[in-house]
Amino acid sequence: MSQAQIHPATPAVRRIDALSAIARYSTLAALILLILFNVFFTKNFVSWRVLDVNLTQVAAIVIVGVGMTLVIATGGIDLSVGSLMAISGAIAPIIFLNKVFYVGEVHVAVALAMIGGILLAGAFGWFNGWLITRFRIQPIIATLVLFIAGRGIAQVMTNGSLQPFKLDTFQWIGLGRLFAPPSAAPGDFHGVPDQVVIMLVLVAAAAWVLKRSLFGRQILAIGGNERAARLAGVPVAQVKRWVYCISGLCAGVAGLVVIAINSSSDANQVDLGMELDAIAAVAVGGTLLSGGRATITGTLIGALIIQLVRYTLLANGVPDDVAKLVKAALILAAVWLQGQGRA
Amino acid sequence: MTASATPPSVSPLLSMRSISKAFGGIPALAAASLEVAPGEVHALVGQNGAGKSTMIKILTGYVSRDEGDIQFDGGPFEARSPQDAQHKGISTIYQEINLVPFRSVTENICLGRESRRFGLLDWKAMHEQARTLLARFKIDLDVRKPLLRFNTATQQMVAIARAIGFEAKLVIMDEPTSSLDEREVAVLFDVIRQLKSEGVSVIFVSHKLDELYEVCDRVTIMRDGRTVRTADMASISKLELVASMLGRDIAQVAKSATAFGDRRGQIGDVVLAADHLSAGHKVHDISFSVRRGEIVGFAGLLGAGRTETARLVFGADPMRSGAISLDGKSLVPREPIDAIRAGIGFSPEDRKYEGIVPEMAVAENLTLALMPQLSKAGIVDEAKQRAIVEKFIKRLDIKCSGPDQKIRELSGGNQQKVLLARWLAMNPKLLILDEPTRGIDVGAKAEIQSLIKELADQGLAVLMISSELEEVLEGSDRVFVLREGRNVAEFPHAEASESAVMTAMAHGDSDLIPEGSSS
Repeated sequence: MSQAQIHPATPAVRRIDALSAIARYSTLAALILLILFNVFFTKNFVSWRVLDVNLTQVAAIVIVGVGMTLVIATGGIDLSVGSLMAISGAIAPIIFLNKVFYVGEVHVAVALAMIGGILLAGAFGWFNGWLITRFRIQPIIATLVLFIAGRGIAQVMTNGSLQPFKLDTFQWIGLGRLFAPPSAAPGDFHGVPDQVVIMLVLVAAAAWVLKRSLFGRQILAIGGNERAARLAGVPVAQVKRWVYCISGLCAGVAGLVVIAINSSSDANQVDLGMELDAIAAVAVGGTLLSGGRATITGTLIGALIIQLVRYTLLANGVPDDVAKLVKAALILAAVWLQGQGRA
Repeated sequence: MTASATPPSVSPLLSMRSISKAFGGIPALAAASLEVAPGEVHALVGQNGAGKSTMIKILTGYVSRDEGDIQFDGGPFEARSPQDAQHKGISTIYQEINLVPFRSVTENICLGRESRRFGLLDWKAMHEQARTLLARFKIDLDVRKPLLRFNTATQQMVAIARAIGFEAKLVIMDEPTSSLDEREVAVLFDVIRQLKSEGVSVIFVSHKLDELYEVCDRVTIMRDGRTVRTADMASISKLELVASMLGRDIAQVAKSATAFGDRRGQIGDVVLAADHLSAGHKVHDISFSVRRGEIVGFAGLLGAGRTETARLVFGADPMRSGAISLDGKSLVPREPIDAIRAGIGFSPEDRKYEGIVPEMAVAENLTLALMPQLSKAGIVDEAKQRAIVEKFIKRLDIKCSGPDQKIRELSGGNQQKVLLARWLAMNPKLLILDEPTRGIDVGAKAEIQSLIKELADQGLAVLMISSELEEVLEGSDRVFVLREGRNVAEFPHAEASESAVMTAMAHGDSDLIPEGSSS
């Protein structure tokens, strides 16, 4: 019924739409170009193994990026996500290795460990939001607190020691596969990695929330004009606390994925620089860094581009340091494109 | 018989033809024409910004015209300055009194054309001259006393006497009655009739339409920089006059413009009662009320605390002390959401800074405050949202390509309409409008002003803040004057004259507060 109403757009409006469409689809176009480049120039690119490696590696960034997108949509930023991943990754093994209290049933222990890790990270995220809203501290400063202190907290929890483990009941989150065929030769389809499934579910859920829910609109209204949002009755402080909490929860999930892959938890080293990877993915994906306009699928594409660029360079013998330069150039290009879309 | 009235039989004293003028590319006048016959009192009317004052400023040499031709007293006319115009026979009496308060009446009247004897001022002759001049207007006073000893109205009369004293052939009166009481207005009208009988012409600019009928022969109506109609005063009804000024149908105007005074019957019980509000350095012990169907205006200078007071009521800023009640129920708004839930809407003074969310669509902006009510279990009912948005786009005539257009692409007037719709959509009890027409073009401004009145007619209580005094005075049933964070005066519509309100705004006079309103 609403489609019956067709409003003629003025030429000026159409031009702006066209530009923002370019900005939006340029990331997708870049991803496709990258894939095509690899198809022609990288040996053995078209294989299940390469897809598997890339998706497995990108999953944690995307999961963190989902929360980060919501935070950035409100006009904020969350520098603490790497530290929160470390905290989640530190507390979970403590629980399922029965270091605090004894849980006989391993499934219960693992469930407690996962929930505990995710909730603890979420609680710290809430703390970020509380600092920001209660004391009106700039998000970059408020989250810097846990960026610095978070790893310390994780190390205190683990006494600074590495926690190795081998427990399939837990490690499905990083090593498990869905739809895995009973037997497969190397190079064949091995099923979909569980963290990729989690990633896709979170992406879909967040994209839906951002587009259709009251909460999503409140997020975008706050990012678009916080004063106006407040005067229109948007509970700004509450929404922000939830957003930082969600970012913490996402970091918690990603932290579990990473330690499951590593079969160990190293509070000191794991997930270093994660916050910047996530921010880069959000930026390249086309979310406005000043807030008010956000795309979750964009973040997914942005993360895939960054991942694929790194893979491409490494697969073609370019050192990792140079890959970082290319990543920086990508972010610059993304921000420039955003400026074009807005003009 | 719409274009022009019977042309005067004699050749006109003044003839301005096809006058155009643009300020910084924005046209203020577009081929406007005006003809005044000798001994004629000619009314010049139009809304704010219609071009009346530009027309007069061009005539008196304040600004130069871009195009057009002026004939005066049988020859081409060009005034280089108001003084020059005065010497050539066109005198102007402005709203503000351009006199020297510390000098005597005589000096004020004779300023610039003093009588001299042997190089010295001939005081005796000058006093005599001043006395004669004033006597012509039935004013008897000691011309040696300084002007400031006399009240505003007398000062105004002196200004008029001074203007006419220059052997003027044409006197321009710009809102001459705005600071006069009824008796003084009657005297002024006698003066005008006296001038007329002496063959002097008058251009009379006034917003008080009744006065025009009392004293004017013909009227020229301006709208959007054009002179849209000239008519004999006797042949044009007040409704027609208003319709021409607004550029609307008579029927439309008849419905909405039943004049302001008649609104008293529609005003109901107290909706908002604010008692002894104090906060920060800007608000000290302010009390006021707004009734159902009533438009209450806040007047005051910049920094008088008008916006700050309104924000307290809306919960946008913290309150130190005081009590607010809405519909008799106590309200403690800690955050805007509390006030909104209670039924208060607030349209802030700075649209871009606090009103619109520029990146969002018209639909999202319009329903921002209503969103919780449009959602079930946290999910927005988009069909319902769209229906509401389309209803208001139609009702307020919001010009946009559709609900999905970004609000930042709309004109200021249309953005303001979206913000009004944001509150109207939730059907509030009280609507607070802070500078509702700031930075909006004339057409949209009039639309918004008449919309506010229409809403009040439907029972909405409105609190309006405007730095445009005229907007407050003409658009409010009651005017509260704030000065330095205090409520210094309250006027009902009929008593809210520009001079009284201005006096209260500028230097305040606690005697003006009626008994009971401050306690």
